[in-house]
Amino acid sequence: MQTKRTVFGNRLLPYAFLFPQLAVTVIFFLWPAGQAVIQSFQREDAFGLSTTWVGLANYADLLHDPTYLNSLKVTAIFAPAVTLLSVGLGLVFAVCLDRLVRGSRIYAALLVWPYAVAPAVAGIMWWFLFNPSIGLLPYLLAAVGYRWDHSLQPTDAMILVVIAASWKQVSYNFLFFMAGLQAIPKSMIEAAAIDGAGPVKRFFTIVFPLLSPTTFFLAVINLVYAMFDTFPVIHATTGGNPAQSTNILVYKVFVDGFIGLNLGSSAAQSVVLMAIVVTLTVIQFKWVERKVNY
Amino acid sequence: MIDRHPWLDALAHAVLIAGVLLVAFPVYVAVIASTHGPNDFMSGLVPLLPGSDTIANYRSMLTDGLSSSGAPPLGGMLWNSLVMALCVAFGKIAISILSAYAIVYFRFPFRAVAFWMIFVTLMLPVEVRIVPTFKVVADLGLLDSYAGLTVPLIASATATFLFRQFFLTVPEELMEAARIDGAGPLKFFRDILLPLSRTNIAALFVILFIYGWNQYLWPMMVTTKSSHYTIVMGIKRMSDVADALPQWNVVMTTVVLALLPPVIVVVGMQRLFVKGLIETEK
Amino acid sequence: MLTRSLIAGLALTFLSGSSFAATEITWWHAMGGELGKKLDEIVAKYNASQDEYKVTAVYKGSYPETMTAAIAAFRAKQQPDIVQVFEVGTGTMMAAKGAIYPVYQLMKDTGATFDPKAFLSAVVGYYTDADGNMLSMPFNSSTPILYYNKDVFKKAGLDPEQPPKTWEDVESYSKKIMSSGAAKCGFTTGWISWVQLENFSAWHNKPIGTLQNGIGGMDAELTVNGDLQVRHWTNLKKWQDEGLFQYGGPAGGNDAPPKFYSQECAIYMNSSASRAGVIANSKDFEVGFGMLPYYSDVQGAPQNSIIGGATLWVLKGHDEAEYKGVADFFSFLSSPEVQADWHQYSGYLPITEAAYKLGQEQGYYAKNPGSDVAIKQITLNPPTDNSKGLRFGNYVQIRDVIDEEFQNLLAGQKSPKDALDSVVTRGNKLIADFRAANG
Repeated sequence: MQTKRTVFGNRLLPYAFLFPQLAVTVIFFLWPAGQAVIQSFQREDAFGLSTTWVGLANYADLLHDPTYLNSLKVTAIFAPAVTLLSVGLGLVFAVCLDRLVRGSRIYAALLVWPYAVAPAVAGIMWWFLFNPSIGLLPYLLAAVGYRWDHSLQPTDAMILVVIAASWKQVSYNFLFFMAGLQAIPKSMIEAAAIDGAGPVKRFFTIVFPLLSPTTFFLAVINLVYAMFDTFPVIHATTGGNPAQSTNILVYKVFVDGFIGLNLGSSAAQSVVLMAIVVTLTVIQFKWVERKVNY
Repeated sequence: MIDRHPWLDALAHAVLIAGVLLVAFPVYVAVIASTHGPNDFMSGLVPLLPGSDTIANYRSMLTDGLSSSGAPPLGGMLWNSLVMALCVAFGKIAISILSAYAIVYFRFPFRAVAFWMIFVTLMLPVEVRIVPTFKVVADLGLLDSYAGLTVPLIASATATFLFRQFFLTVPEELMEAARIDGAGPLKFFRDILLPLSRTNIAALFVILFIYGWNQYLWPMMVTTKSSHYTIVMGIKRMSDVADALPQWNVVMTTVVLALLPPVIVVVGMQRLFVKGLIETEK
Repeated sequence: MLTRSLIAGLALTFLSGSSFAATEITWWHAMGGELGKKLDEIVAKYNASQDEYKVTAVYKGSYPETMTAAIAAFRAKQQPDIVQVFEVGTGTMMAAKGAIYPVYQLMKDTGATFDPKAFLSAVVGYYTDADGNMLSMPFNSSTPILYYNKDVFKKAGLDPEQPPKTWEDVESYSKKIMSSGAAKCGFTTGWISWVQLENFSAWHNKPIGTLQNGIGGMDAELTVNGDLQVRHWTNLKKWQDEGLFQYGGPAGGNDAPPKFYSQECAIYMNSSASRAGVIANSKDFEVGFGMLPYYSDVQGAPQNSIIGGATLWVLKGHDEAEYKGVADFFSFLSSPEVQADWHQYSGYLPITEAAYKLGQEQGYYAKNPGSDVAIKQITLNPPTDNSKGLRFGNYVQIRDVIDEEFQNLLAGQKSPKDALDSVVTRGNKLIADFRAANG
C-alpha cells in the first residue's frame, strides 16, 4: 500500500490517530456484525430469556419460507427498477443539458437539490400525492379510467415505492453523467459530425460507449442504494404491504427482527444481506481499481 | 463547430423543463398543503393554490407539536437534527482525517490491517446489523442521548479514503521542507496539511451534513423519549394518527421544515456539494 | 463485560443525577388522537393528587409498535415500568415468565387494596391464568360495534333509527344508499382480523382454533377456514367488487375512519372505543350506533362478541419503590370515578361493576343513546368456548398474516378458501415456532 517516500518515525502517534476510528469500527460495526452471525445460529424467545443453538436451521428455514422467497423476488424487481428509472432519467437530463449553451447552469441548479431530501421525506410526499382518497395523481388517473389503489394492488404499490425511491436519485445520477459528458473530448464528436453522423447516431456510437464506465458505476451505486438505503421509503409509506408486495429484504430484516421478534431468522437474513453488500462492494472497487490503472 | 439542430435544442429545453417541474412537483404540493387548514382536505382533492393557514400551521407545529400523535414541538426536533447532523459531519471528518494521516504519513505494524478494518465498514450498513447494534448502544447506556445518536455513525471509510487520496497528491517536498524546519508530525498536520485540506473538508461537510440530517432508522431505534426525536423520524409519527383523520396540513408542514435545511445547504454551497459528491464516490 | 456495565452504570448515574424528588414511573402506551389527550389528562390528575410518585406517559405508536418497543427495551434493560399491550399480545406476554411481574403478585407484595372480583368477568377472563390469577391490569377493553350515518340513511330513504341487524340488511341498505346517491359506498371496517374474523366467528359461535381458541393450552391450532368464515370472506370480496364495501387498510385500518368521517361510506364497523373519535370528527352529520351484523340463517347467532383493547403489564427489573408507585397508580386507575370518566369519554367498556353502576346512577346511558351497545353486546349471552376470547403464541404476527391474506383476496390473487387456508397453514407455523422458542 502506498505511503509517502519519507514518513514520520513516531511509533505511538499513528495508533493514537487511528484509535477513534478503529474504536468506533470495532464497537459499532464488527462486534454487532459478529453478534448477528452468532445469533443466526440460535433460536431465542422474544424477551431473550431462553436461547438454544439450532445450527443452520434458521438458514434452512429461509429457503423454505415463501415470504422470504417473495421478498427476494420483490427486491429483484424493486432494485433494478429504481436503478433503471433513476439512471435513465439522470442520463436523459444530462444529455439534454450537455447540448445547451445557455441556461445550463440554472437547469443544473434546479435539478440537483432533491438529492438533499431524506428518503423518508420523499416517501411521505409521494404517498400524499398518490393517496387514494385525496391524492392528485389517483384523481388524474381516474380521469383516464384507471382506478389507483396502492393499499390493495401490488403493482400500484410497487410503482409508488419505485417512484418515491428513484426521485431523489435522479439528481445524483444526473451529476455523475454531467461529469462524464464533460470529460468526453469534443473533438471526437466533431469528427463524427464531419463524417455525417447525426446527433442520435453520435450518441449511440460515441457518447454512450464512452459513458459506459460511469453508467456501470452508477448501476452498482444505485443498486446498493435501492437495496439498503430505501428502508425509510418503505417504512414511511407502504410498510411492505399489500400482502408483502413491497417487502424488500432489508425491510424484512427489520420487520422480522424488531416487529416479529424472530431474532434468529432476522439475524440469518442479515448475514445473507452482508454477503450481498460484500459482493457489490467488491465489484464496485474492482471497477475503481481498473479506472485508476488507466 | 457541431451542426445545430434548432428542434433538438427545443426538445432539450422541453425535456429539462419537464424534468425540473417533475422534480419540484411533490415539494410544491407539500408546500401548498402546509398552507391550508385541516378541513381543506375533506373535499376529496389536494388543493393546488396556497391557503391562508400558513402562519398558524408553522407556529403551532414549531411551538406545540402534535400532542395527539406523541410528537413534541418541531423546534426541539429541528434542534436535535441540527446537533446530530453537525456532530456526525464533524465527527466523521475529524476521525477520518486523523486515520488518513496515520495511514499515509507513518509506517507501522498492522497498518494494512487498520486500513482493511476501516474498509470493512463500507460493507456493514446499519440496516443489516440493526438488532445487535441497538443492543450495544443500549448496553453502553447511550439510548436517548446525543452520543448514542451520533457516535455509532461516525466511522467512515469513504471520508478516510478521500483524505488518503488527497494526501497522496500532496507534494513530497512539503513534508521534507517541514522536517528540515524541524516541524514534528503534529505541527506539520496543523500548519500545513489541515489548511491544504480546507476545500476537501468543506466539500465533505456538505455531503455529511445531509447524511446526518437525513438519518431515519438509527434515530428511530435509539430514541425512546420524545426529547431526542429528530425531525425526519418524527414525520412518520405525525402521519400515523390513531382514530382520527390524518392531519395532512401539519404533516406537510413538518415535511417542509425537514427538507428545508439540507436543501438550503446544497443550494447555497452547490459547488462544494458537487465536488464532495463526486470525490467521495471515486 | 465488566467494563461495559461499568460504563453503563456511570452513564446512568450522570443521566439520573438530577431526579431525587418523586419516584418516576414510566408508562408506554399506544393511545393516540383523542384517547391520548384523555389519557394524559388522567395521568396529570394522578400526578397532581399526590407527590410521592410521578407517572410519565409516553406514546409509542400503534399497539404492535408499543409492544415490540417494550420487548426490545427489556432486552436492552431499558424497559418501562408499565406497558400497554393489546389483547392479542397476551399469549406472548404470558409465556415470558421471567419478564413480567403478574399484577395479582404485585398487588399482594405491595399490600395495595385490590379486589379482582370487582372487574367485569367478560373482561378479566381474557387475562387470567389457569388458576384464575389476574396477570395484567385491565385498562381499556372494547368490542367492535357498528356506526352509521343517520343523515345518509335519511337521504337514501332508510329509517335513520334502524341500524342494519344482519349482513343481509347491510347488503340491501348499502345497495339502496349507493343507488340513491346518498353516499359513494355502503360500508367500511377497521381491523379486518379482529372484526371480520375473530369477532365475526365468536358472534356466530364458531371457533377460530382448537382448545377453546387456544385458551386451553399452547398446543392449539387455528381453524379459521370454516365454511362460515369462507362464506363471509367470499361476500366481502363480492361487495368490494360491487363497491358496497371499501377496504380500510391493514392492522387497525387507518383509511377506514376518514371514509366514514368524510361521509363517503355510510356504515362503519370498528371498536367501541372509536366513539370519541367518531363523535369528534362527525360534526356535519348525526351518528347512530348498532350491534355487529350477523347472518340470519346461522344457528346460535348472535352469540356474544369478544373484547379487544389492551391491558397494562408490569415489567420486571425495577426497584421496590417504583413497584409501590405502580400499585398505587393501578388502584387510582381502577377507581370507579376514573374508570367511569374514561369509559364514558372513550367508548371503552366500563371494566369494573362499580364504574358501570356509577354511569347508570349518573344517567349517562339514558342521556347518550347507543353508549351501552358495547356492553350489551359483549354480555348478550353467557360466553361459550368459541366466544370467551382467544390466546395463541405469536398472534401479533398471525394478525399480519390475516391482513396479507385478506389483501390477496381483495386483489384477486387468491380465492376466499385459499386465503383462509393459508392463514391456517402460515398461522400454525408461527404458533409452532413460538412453542419451540418458549418450550
